[in-house]
Amino acid sequence: MHEDATHKTETLLGADELILNMGPQHPSTHGVLRVKLKLDGERVIGSECVIGYLHRGVEKIAENRSYQQFAPYVDRMDYVAAVSNGLGYCEAVEKLLMVEAPPRARVIRTILTELQRIASHLLWLGTHALDIGALTPLFYCMREREEILKIFEKYCGARLTTHAFRIGGLQYEAYDTLEKDVERFCQSFEARVQEYSDLLTGNSIWIGRTRNVGVLNSADCIALGASGPVLRASGVQWDLRKAMPYAAYDQYKFEIPIGTNGDTYDRYIVRIEEMRQSRLICLQAIENIPAGPIMARVGKVLKPPPGEVYHSIESPKGILGYYVVSDGGTQPYRVRIRPPSFVNLQALDKMIRGHLVADVVAIIGTLDIVLGEVDR
Amino acid sequence: MNSVLHGVLAFVQTWWVELLCAVLIVAVVPLIAGYIVLVERKVMADMQARLGPMRVGPHGLLQPIADAVKLLLKEDLIPTNADQFIFWFAPVLSMTVALTSMGAVAFGPWFQVARDINIGLLFVVGISALGPLGIVLGGWASNNHYSIIGAMRSTAQLVSYETTAGFAIVSGLLFAGTLKVSAIVEAQHADRVWYAFLAPVGFITYLIASIAETNRAPFDIPEAESELVAGYMTEYSGFRWSLYFLGEYANMIVVGSIGVTLFLGGWLRPFPNVPWLGWLDALPTLFFVASGVFCVSRAGKQPVRVQQLLMWAVAAICFAVALLFMLAGPYEVQPLHRIYAGLYGAFWFLLKVGAYIYVFMWLRFTLPRFRFDQLMRLGWHILIPLALVNVIAVGVATALSSGLGMNRWLAMILTTGGTLLVGMLLIRWNDKHAAAASASTLAASSEVEDSYAG
Repeated sequence: MHEDATHKTETLLGADELILNMGPQHPSTHGVLRVKLKLDGERVIGSECVIGYLHRGVEKIAENRSYQQFAPYVDRMDYVAAVSNGLGYCEAVEKLLMVEAPPRARVIRTILTELQRIASHLLWLGTHALDIGALTPLFYCMREREEILKIFEKYCGARLTTHAFRIGGLQYEAYDTLEKDVERFCQSFEARVQEYSDLLTGNSIWIGRTRNVGVLNSADCIALGASGPVLRASGVQWDLRKAMPYAAYDQYKFEIPIGTNGDTYDRYIVRIEEMRQSRLICLQAIENIPAGPIMARVGKVLKPPPGEVYHSIESPKGILGYYVVSDGGTQPYRVRIRPPSFVNLQALDKMIRGHLVADVVAIIGTLDIVLGEVDR
Repeated sequence: MNSVLHGVLAFVQTWWVELLCAVLIVAVVPLIAGYIVLVERKVMADMQARLGPMRVGPHGLLQPIADAVKLLLKEDLIPTNADQFIFWFAPVLSMTVALTSMGAVAFGPWFQVARDINIGLLFVVGISALGPLGIVLGGWASNNHYSIIGAMRSTAQLVSYETTAGFAIVSGLLFAGTLKVSAIVEAQHADRVWYAFLAPVGFITYLIASIAETNRAPFDIPEAESELVAGYMTEYSGFRWSLYFLGEYANMIVVGSIGVTLFLGGWLRPFPNVPWLGWLDALPTLFFVASGVFCVSRAGKQPVRVQQLLMWAVAAICFAVALLFMLAGPYEVQPLHRIYAGLYGAFWFLLKVGAYIYVFMWLRFTLPRFRFDQLMRLGWHILIPLALVNVIAVGVATALSSGLGMNRWLAMILTTGGTLLVGMLLIRWNDKHAAAASASTLAASSEVEDSYAG
């Protein structure tokens, strides 16, 4: 990046530009994102993202671990949607091994992944509302998320970084009351989503803070590679669950909510609607969990044939892709991860230009980034 | 030496009541502010489906004291590049101003906090208008970008909302015809109505402006936590920080008191002139008896001896006050009756101020925060014109009713209707204008190319 010292942007009152370092320690940069803002008064006239404060070299670690050993590491990338991360990795390696998880495993995977999507969106909703100054929704969202985490805990013993799936299927059989727990959650959840909607959707302050803020049209989204709710809010109906079905998504009926303006309000509406759809998927899935084995026949030592594979899933944040290269050994030759947060974060500069400092916070929130995934 | 001593003695002899009040304000108001914080946290917890502070003391009752001790024991930090003197002075100013303006507030017919001056309300408004100075100075002296942005926001916000509050107060004063705090309440008694009913628009604009004046959500943009970390307080810690905090809560009490005095009948009970609601007079007595009975019933269940004793003590105080109310109420014996009247007025006054502050809390936990430009637009495009029109409308109504003999209520309804119509027009015009304005600034800024683009 080249900084031209003589170049000065025109400011409103001819005043000096103010450089504001937002983060890495800041209440609402969602972790350790650092944004250098160039301000004219409060208006943003330039920005630069500084990332890497949470870099752990996940991709490099993969080259020194066996295929199974690496699975828990991916949970630490997007730590608010660990189950989705695990699903993507397991399916990528399964593709490389040319095995398929048994139907029962795939359905249980779908249920847990959709619950994880709800949990991730709930956390997003709570923190996003908090960024915009609504204190209360956070606690309601946490309350519901707790129910989901309890289901995870009952299933595999962990709440956050679950390592719920194994390459080839599942390690644990679904516990006895899984269906009942999921159903109870889904029954109560509809009213709860309505509660958040009542608090925010029609609120004129909320609308004022989110309408026409951080507008990203569909062409920009595609050019920047944005995916997930960010892409769908600008009107592009692209969801890998429908476009390239994985796990058991081809068996269920659900809608892909899309927005029109691509502003912060649309992204909010899209995510709220996605939670409703995920709930419907869960309800359909628990109705008919096929019997049978939960693990495909894979050996104790995984030695995929030499080759490469790219597998992507629709994680709560967007398209999460794994590119795994095997040289025939027990450890991956290379793992490259396409994290949705990282790609979506590229749009930040475009979105915050011309907005106020308060909007920057709202826009960082609406991108729904997790720094563990951005930095890896 | 002797003459100095005599001078001091003479001073104390003349002013002992005021000095005592000053000591009381300085000693008691921070404590009250601390407990308002506790109440706020409890209210917040209740709205957010959790318990709030529960650890220090029964139901967290000692939490404010523990917090104060913690803050006092913290390291006293002044950043190297800060302006040392102003950094020290700013929170003191904020706090002093908030406490000083308490002086002219009246809790009851007899319970003037310090003195019933003839320009009481003007004094309160004038002194508390100095409050923003403390914030601005603090933000400036910190030498921190977050602080300076917070201070900038605060200047703009407080100056514009002070204007709204001023106009709203004028609309109440037009009815009362006096600035003397006790006389305003007496006037409402004589007029047989609270001014909130006569000038509803004035009351609502004052309510909104007073939330903005005290930097409370949804207008808390000078300290907007999620944007500016802590705004003007970013560099403050320990007891300096708590001075700002106390100032904010003391200010809440002050604006609440003004609102209650001017619009909600001060220390008068609701509907003081309606005979068949006379039973409301017994409410304070019943309240204290009920609290006493509650304490007695719970005392035996407390796990620790100290807690039991505390409950018994609280019960005893409640019963004593109730007894005072019962005995002193009917008899015109001085000074017992004066104490009764004072306590009785204070009961209603504090109840109303409490309700007023509860509205603040309720809004804080329900609404998202305004953005800076939206806040200014609300202030200058809607509230200030509305308050101005309201002042004119109230003037016209007063002229109609007193000069032309029109029914007062009819005149009020007509003018309030007119004011509301103007308000609706303002909102509609603003909505149109706001969308166009933000669209044009966005378009202009997106054309600017700069070296930061990667």
